[in-house]
Amino acid sequence: MAAHQMDHDTQSPHEDLSFSAATQAKIQDLLTRYPRKQGALIPTLYLAQDEFGWLKPGAMELVARTLELPVTTVLATAMFYTMLYKTPHGRFHIQICTNVSCFLLGADDLVAAAREVLGIGPGETSADGLFTLEQVQCLCACERAPTLQINKKDYFNVTPTKMREILAELQQEGARLGPSVGWTGHEHGGHSHA
Amino acid sequence: MPEQRILLRRHLGVDFTKLDNYLKHGGFKMWKRAIELGPDGVIAEVKTSGLRGRGGAGFPTGVKWGFLPKDGRPRYLVVNADEGEPGTFKDRYFLEEDPFRQLEGILISAYAIGAHVCYIYIRGEYWNSKDVTNDAIQQLYKAGWLGKNIQGSGFDLDVYVHSGAGAYICGEETALIESIEGKPGMPRLKPPFPANFGVFGMPTIVNNTETLSAVPVILEMGPEKWSALGSPKNGGTKLMGVSGHVKKPGLFEVPMGTPMREIIYELGGGVLDDKEILAVIPGGSSCPFLTKDEIDVPMDFDALKGVGSMLGTACVTVIAEGTDMIKVMSRVAKFYQHESCGQCTPCRQGTGWIHAICQKLDSGAAGPEAIDLLIDACNQIDGNTICAHGEAAAWPIRSICKKFRPQLEAAIRARMAA
Repeated sequence: MAAHQMDHDTQSPHEDLSFSAATQAKIQDLLTRYPRKQGALIPTLYLAQDEFGWLKPGAMELVARTLELPVTTVLATAMFYTMLYKTPHGRFHIQICTNVSCFLLGADDLVAAAREVLGIGPGETSADGLFTLEQVQCLCACERAPTLQINKKDYFNVTPTKMREILAELQQEGARLGPSVGWTGHEHGGHSHA
Repeated sequence: MPEQRILLRRHLGVDFTKLDNYLKHGGFKMWKRAIELGPDGVIAEVKTSGLRGRGGAGFPTGVKWGFLPKDGRPRYLVVNADEGEPGTFKDRYFLEEDPFRQLEGILISAYAIGAHVCYIYIRGEYWNSKDVTNDAIQQLYKAGWLGKNIQGSGFDLDVYVHSGAGAYICGEETALIESIEGKPGMPRLKPPFPANFGVFGMPTIVNNTETLSAVPVILEMGPEKWSALGSPKNGGTKLMGVSGHVKKPGLFEVPMGTPMREIIYELGGGVLDDKEILAVIPGGSSCPFLTKDEIDVPMDFDALKGVGSMLGTACVTVIAEGTDMIKVMSRVAKFYQHESCGQCTPCRQGTGWIHAICQKLDSGAAGPEAIDLLIDACNQIDGNTICAHGEAAAWPIRSICKKFRPQLEAAIRARMAA
């Protein structure tokens, strides 16, 4: 696992966040599922990410308070998992599989097409907060390679032409929706997933 | 040999994500049979069937169940649905298209081992699988197939989906357990084994999705008949796939022991553009690579071990002649570096070294002598780590270096001349 870095400056005050009522109800349900509160940690971090866009320091502290865990415990777990975002991501998280089966069938051409359309490389987020491009490991749909995932949606048998079409649609949608929840711009969000 | 479809039933065109449809096609009939047999009877049937773990390790499922201590502590059933082995796409089928099959297997297996809570650990990226499985669980609660006093039997079971979050290592059962506990997915030293000290310190059985999905079928057919479908000591049918450079990539169900050649050439339609095969990965990138001269091997646990590889997940990746093996090797190396949890030095550092050497080879900055350096690095990881991630990283790279040395050397010379 690549070394993760995060600005978790304990000296400066972080945002004092709270969960919506709907999320609080979901957390109460999660707590019935595990004999220890820490069991609910990963699902609660997902809920915090959905609500605040990414796991900003204030969100980590909120999770720690909610589950009565030390902040360090929450951080240690959050840092380990790539799908728990320690930095702001674009509204559209383009994840292209470049592992063996997808590589054999031209996944690198998809990365090149995305780079050309979006003007960003793997591990980068566009300045408008709309797109994060990433090369990911096997998505396990190899019989439909090359594959990619955008946010929670899978795309199969993708060609460079199809890649350009998908991105053009998302650019239109992004113009309407604006950047992701919790997008704070590059001054906080400069990051690399490499 | 044609397909033998028992578990895989896409061809019926039925929406098996609806409980009504599942029940109409004989679903949950085996619950009654399980009650008749009683917990020990179910375990005996699974033992007799010889069912071996479909996650890749091939450990006999009934024997594993027998390891649980009889000490009165609460027991857990955990499902390993953390499908992430590069080249694999079999558990996705159950999770997305036939979720009740797994859930019926869970109910019967939990009853057999005396577990009242089951966590299904589904890989984070499988959003659709999580949605379908959660929906199926809700349908079962409503219909009285989960919860308290299931169908008047007096048996209670709660089933929860626990999502992974992008760490391949959590497919290792003790890392998976740590992850359910809300911790970083770092594998535990064994012993103690999960059967004695598993999730939340309690006796735990971890089984793969396909393994549990086979349990109702074993009860229905009878263990002897089911076992006879496969090859000796490798009972039953198995989902097998083929991807990469083939004309008809796909997922199939065949008896264990079906020759790899049939999977590639008959079910998979042969190699793209009718090229020759250069290399084959039998069941995910942790398995040592094979050459085209080795593809008559029967696809079962023992035969693949016999040729120095592994059945793994039985999803075959075909690599055609003309493919740059330095690039293939580099992708494999990058994966194991990225997914190393970092707790054991040989794996954390060794996978980094291996990937760095591969990159040097790819850029033309290293000569053929680097192949020996790669083999040396693999040898230093192999056997020196807490979990099998070390071997998974070392074995495929070492097999490429040893079996495809002429191709590697030619590719290196071409780069250095450029």
